[in-house]
Amino acid sequence: MSPLSTDELVVSRELPGDDGSVLLGSASRRRGDTLFRGVALGAGLVVLFVLALIAASTTKEAWPAFQQEGLSFVTSSTWIPSEGKYGALAFIYGTILSSLIAVVLAVPVSLGIALYANEAAPRRLRRPVVYVMDLLAAIPSVVYGLWGIIVLAPAIKPVYEAINGAVGGVPVLGWFFNGTSGRSFMTAGIILAIMITPIITSLSREVIATVPSAQREAAYGMGATRWEMIRAAVLPWSRGGITGAVMLGLGRAMGETIAVALVIGSQAQITTHLFEAGDSMAAVIVNQFGESSGNHRSALIGLGVVLFIVTILVNVSARSIVARFDRRSRGM
Amino acid sequence: MPDDEQTRRSSLNPVTDEDIPNAEVSPMSSETLPATSITPTTAAAPVAARAAEIASDASAPNVVFDVRDLNVFYGAFKAVRDVNLSVHKHEITAFIGPSGCGKSTVLRCFDRMNDLIESARVEGQVLYHGVDLYDPRIDPVEVRKRIGMVFQKPNPFPKSIYDNIAFGPKISGSKENLDDVVEKALRQAALWDEVKDRLKKSAMGLSGGQQQRLCIARAIAVEPEVILMDEPCSALDPIATARIEDLMQELKSEYTILIVTHNMQQAARVSDRTAFFTTEVNPESDTRTGMLVEFDSTNTIFSAPSDERTENYVTGRFG
Repeated sequence: MSPLSTDELVVSRELPGDDGSVLLGSASRRRGDTLFRGVALGAGLVVLFVLALIAASTTKEAWPAFQQEGLSFVTSSTWIPSEGKYGALAFIYGTILSSLIAVVLAVPVSLGIALYANEAAPRRLRRPVVYVMDLLAAIPSVVYGLWGIIVLAPAIKPVYEAINGAVGGVPVLGWFFNGTSGRSFMTAGIILAIMITPIITSLSREVIATVPSAQREAAYGMGATRWEMIRAAVLPWSRGGITGAVMLGLGRAMGETIAVALVIGSQAQITTHLFEAGDSMAAVIVNQFGESSGNHRSALIGLGVVLFIVTILVNVSARSIVARFDRRSRGM
Repeated sequence: MPDDEQTRRSSLNPVTDEDIPNAEVSPMSSETLPATSITPTTAAAPVAARAAEIASDASAPNVVFDVRDLNVFYGAFKAVRDVNLSVHKHEITAFIGPSGCGKSTVLRCFDRMNDLIESARVEGQVLYHGVDLYDPRIDPVEVRKRIGMVFQKPNPFPKSIYDNIAFGPKISGSKENLDDVVEKALRQAALWDEVKDRLKKSAMGLSGGQQQRLCIARAIAVEPEVILMDEPCSALDPIATARIEDLMQELKSEYTILIVTHNMQQAARVSDRTAFFTTEVNPESDTRTGMLVEFDSTNTIFSAPSDERTENYVTGRFG
């Protein structure tokens, strides 16, 4: 007797005792499963392999610079290729500072858009809102950079000057809102904020859409207004996912190259003054790589390695934050 | 006695439009609604011109809800038609009937939860102490503070046990000490002893039955007058179900409870009055509209129903 399919098994109600073969299943169907598992595993391994390859080859290329500078590659901020000095701290600082500004600016806006599109907008407006946000994500970063350098930087300079004039001398506020350069950490942060808003919005929106209606009803059922419902049901439920979205946005901001290179001002300095020019790792690489050679080139690749490591650290910490939220809300 | 109530209810004249504004102000603005606050004055009101209103109030000192000619639509589809019933203070009123008969839909009219469904539309009146909950001036948020709801599946917020209970008092601006409110609500819901040492732990770690009692505690923390329960035990095992049923009996002295259940034995065990709903097929569209068949004391519904359809249902011949 040939092996039976499940349908036939149900219809004929054949007992396994009659002929054990009914429970043995079909070898060809099992082969499909094995094949699928193999392909999926292969795809997963390819990613790891490529990652390892990139890490290994860039580290190898960067090795001469690392060897020459030692720890001062990441602790010194003196970067003078003509004298053979490669201290990347100012660039690491610039990358982190401009990305943090971007996140601080983008998160409230993104959450606002996501909540509006999911909770508050009239039904016929929801699709257009989402559509426009997705369009924003499709604009190439060089376009953002050009817009930043041609339109934003000159237009925002008077604003910086005004703020600087108003609070530049005030303690605490003056530490940050100081300087008058159109191309600055702040301008880079603003451009980055615009660039990462779509990704944070779209991921948050998807997370928010998964909040069970039972949660919303629970809050409404107790006499919550819409905002109280969002605070009690929507935000706690999607906290982990929104954190993940923010971290992805942060990762994207740190890796962004050309737009930042155009507007950050290309000056290696560590300062709390947000309206002064700075530089970031990715921007330095793209600005200097073309005319570099020898140890300079190796130092630039070293910047890439550091950027890679910082990005991984951010991602790992993002995951652990998400996991902690999830564990807590599951009651463990 | 309940039979009398029922017959008197059905002989009532419908209220005229003008007594809605009159009745609207006092009950909705007072913080809670003590049982005695309305009856004596209105019952003693003399004038014959307001006969309809006096009749309504005099016959119903304990009536919390009076539903008149209620129809609910989803878009063009009529989900439930012509529901007339009254809900009495400190009683448990059960809605039973086969799937799709509209019992949950009707329950959700008592706290305007149907508002959350965009296509839903309600005709007729749901009078809460004489105030039509569907009057355009009524704020559903205020309605839901006074009329709490417990849902089919336990739905605690993914927060701590404490924060789950404290949410309602916080948003309604309670002046009381939150710790006391939380303890009182948990004690009333017979959950305090089980959770008092883990108030800061997530509510998601509780068992299903505990979660549902937490949801009841959460609902009573805002001190509503009425608790609506939409199949509160359908996701629970028999032991957890028995605990919830015991709890309902205890809560009855302080709250008025409406429960939708698909479990006839549950209705028979816990309720004082029972409404039996069924569906009828609309011949032209092949859709089903729910309707109230019979509303009476639970004893009558289960032992001597006056409608044949009720008898068939409660004896298990149908549904």
